[in-house]
Amino acid sequence: MSIRLNNISRRFGATTALHPLSLDIKQGELIGLLGPSGSGKTTLLRIMAGLESPNSGTIHFGERDVTHVHVRKRRVGFVFQNYALFKHMTVAENVAFGLKARPRSERPSHRDIRERVLGLLQKVRLEALAERYPAQLSGGQQQRVALARALAVEPDVLLLDEPFGALDAKVRIELRRWLRHLHDEFGFTSVFVTHDQEEALELSDRVVVMSEGRIEQIDTPHQLYRHPANRFVFEFLGETNRLEGEIVNGVLTNGEARLTLPGATGSRAEVLLRPHEVRLAESFDEHAHLPVKVSAISPVGAEVRVELEANWMSDPWQATMTHHDYEQLTPTRGTRLYAHPTRQHRFDLDYAI
Amino acid sequence: MIALSRKRVLPGFSLSLGITLLYVSLILLLPMSSLVGQLSTLSWEQYWNIITDPRHIASYKVTVGTALAASLANAVFGLLLAWVLVRYEFPGKRILDALMDLPFALPTAVAGITLATLYSQNGAIGELLAPYGIEVAYTWVGIVLAMAFTSIPFVVRTVQPVLEDLPGQIDEAALTLGASNGYAFRRVIMPHIWPALVTGTGLAFARSLGEYGAVIFIAGNMPYKTEITSLMIAVRLEEYDYAGAAAIASVVLAVSLFLLLAINIWQARFYKRLHGGRG
Amino acid sequence: MRRIGDSPPVRALLIALALVLTALFLVVPLVSIFYQAFASGLGEIWVNLSDEYTWSAITLTLLVTVITVPVNLAFGVFLAWLVTRFSFPGRRILQTLIDIPFAVSPVVAGLLYLLLYGRGGWLGSWLANYDLQLMFAWPGMVLVTVFVTCPFVARELIPLMQAQGSAEEEAAVTLGARGWTLFRRVTLPNIRWALLYGVILTNARAVGEFGGVSVVSGSIRGETNTLPLHVEQLYQDYNTVGAFTSASLLAGLAIVTLVIKAWLEWHTARRSH
Repeated sequence: MSIRLNNISRRFGATTALHPLSLDIKQGELIGLLGPSGSGKTTLLRIMAGLESPNSGTIHFGERDVTHVHVRKRRVGFVFQNYALFKHMTVAENVAFGLKARPRSERPSHRDIRERVLGLLQKVRLEALAERYPAQLSGGQQQRVALARALAVEPDVLLLDEPFGALDAKVRIELRRWLRHLHDEFGFTSVFVTHDQEEALELSDRVVVMSEGRIEQIDTPHQLYRHPANRFVFEFLGETNRLEGEIVNGVLTNGEARLTLPGATGSRAEVLLRPHEVRLAESFDEHAHLPVKVSAISPVGAEVRVELEANWMSDPWQATMTHHDYEQLTPTRGTRLYAHPTRQHRFDLDYAI
Repeated sequence: MIALSRKRVLPGFSLSLGITLLYVSLILLLPMSSLVGQLSTLSWEQYWNIITDPRHIASYKVTVGTALAASLANAVFGLLLAWVLVRYEFPGKRILDALMDLPFALPTAVAGITLATLYSQNGAIGELLAPYGIEVAYTWVGIVLAMAFTSIPFVVRTVQPVLEDLPGQIDEAALTLGASNGYAFRRVIMPHIWPALVTGTGLAFARSLGEYGAVIFIAGNMPYKTEITSLMIAVRLEEYDYAGAAAIASVVLAVSLFLLLAINIWQARFYKRLHGGRG
Repeated sequence: MRRIGDSPPVRALLIALALVLTALFLVVPLVSIFYQAFASGLGEIWVNLSDEYTWSAITLTLLVTVITVPVNLAFGVFLAWLVTRFSFPGRRILQTLIDIPFAVSPVVAGLLYLLLYGRGGWLGSWLANYDLQLMFAWPGMVLVTVFVTCPFVARELIPLMQAQGSAEEEAAVTLGARGWTLFRRVTLPNIRWALLYGVILTNARAVGEFGGVSVVSGSIRGETNTLPLHVEQLYQDYNTVGAFTSASLLAGLAIVTLVIKAWLEWHTARRSH
């Protein structure tokens, strides 16, 4: 089932939670709504579910206009942030709730309900815990119960609010992969909210980046990371190194730092780089003269992380290098090196005057 | 963030709003409006004369003075009880805890006749006190006693949960920094619980001002000496002086509402400080 | 763990002080109620209990309570649902209004009803045309008792329901639950202990209400006396044993209330751990 949001906005009293925005989600897509807290992502998700009403705009599920359809009739599965499991019901009773709550005429028979619940519990690998109460389960298990409960009513779309927020790092990664498989297997349309960029990039088909009630960019994880639309997106998606300075004859200059910027106009410019876009060498070249001093090294994991200092930086830079390069260069704390940008990103429209 | 707009997600808004408004209007507002109606039969001068009648003034003084004494005594006694109930383990603690609610559970008239009997000259306790020249029943001391009896749970039950929430590390932090027991209590524990203590004492005071059943039996009800304001209303009613009763009641009602509002505002402020702006 | 005030002498002193004060202040009065009643032997008690006025007082008290408790139970649930599950202008005012019966003297409460429904009151004179008299009769006593006890259930429910939030109810709605099912299957199991507690408090207060009903009852022996009013009358008549016999019934009920309350608290504490 596709989801089409057109011109949706939402105010809470004097504050605007969502500026008018539109969004098309295709059948079978897994979409991540990514943004810092207060960006309006949860409000947007709750509007899709029908838990909030928009002040303007329309919502379509497929061809069906659901803008004024009550949440009860909207056929959404919603997984709440802290799961909102019914504490006084067993796992099986929780999962069966949506089926038992139907009016008598639409309610499946007791046997059908039992079979459906059992099937779902097998799917989420909790059949052995069917008679437990939520308080007796781990966070990851509760999460799976919440999911099974939402799926039991055969929703058209699945909406998840910070689905992994309350879990520890290891369980999180495991559940993330599991959810991806489940999504592919069931083939429904899913939208989840997260503030964790890694989670959004790993799990989503497309990511919607939000900030202050606006959509900043909608793109595949790859495009988003390679071609961020603006500075906010760039900074939000990962660690950022900054170089700011004056433009002198097409060269960005700040103290002893110099970097050739082809086609640079205006008087000032700013360049942003990811840590892996910084190459370190013992010499400079005609494009870049960026002297740095190594201030910390942590050779942990797949690559070596190096922290760099220089008096032309406002904040220390982070660079990553392969273990191979590290052994070639053998830097230690205090080693003086030169940085070479392998890619650079410019969003300095503000400075273009 | 609970269903704010035109469409409400959870059911029952109109039903519960309708029932609540109907109920509040019938049970609370309508009767209160009748007081206004009754007062409008009086001129300002008549009204002023009634509420400043010397016998009534004396009753305000007795009521406020004794309620103040009772609630201050309860602030100390209640803090002690809450402290003992939260901080120490001892046999019979659960019974002591349960007993704290006795004054709420026991009908006030029963408390009244019991205290009056116990503390009268030939009552079990009054007999013991008489040789020392201490008279409790039929004096203002008796009124204080009755008020304190009925309002003690307010202080205990307001302070107790706050004291329970105080983490043990707070104590340990104070003690590792070399504070003595007394100093640590004054500077670390008290600042944490005093808003609750003030709230509880305020509630006890409000309750004492309005207490009737427990007080009238032990007060002796001597004009100008041991008559409380609630009794003055009852006396005026017995004389079929409805306007007079309404005038005194308006004073009582105004004071109670003011106290209620003050306590609510106080509580909201202190809640905000502890929980960072929400609520 | 070391805590402030845990040295044995301080501890012993404070516990002893608390126990002695409680004994003097609360236990002695409680025991003396029963002592006074039983002082002249069981025969006397029997005479007093089988007195027809005592019986009519018990019956009237039960009648008042049986009407008051369900009315305020229903109202308390609706009010708590309204103020914790929805936000609307005037919510705070409503919450403050509902506290009025707590703060105001019960005598004033009785007076308010007397002014409204009494012969001089506008509603009372209108009702008198139909030969309906609410004051100095049991309906008036019920009304005043309802007024005095109306905050108890709501006051127990509101903080609890606020703390629990509405996530579980929203979850139930997304799963298709409606009105009564939602309340019965999701909300009620979460609030039932607080609800029961509120009922117990309402009940205790309804049974024991004195100041308010004394104003509107007219104290007609055998007709408009509740048990507390009956106690007062016997006491004023210098029938001490009679007064304390009835009082001990009320005190017994108070003890039952305390036991149920302690049991409820123990139950809730056990469930939350």
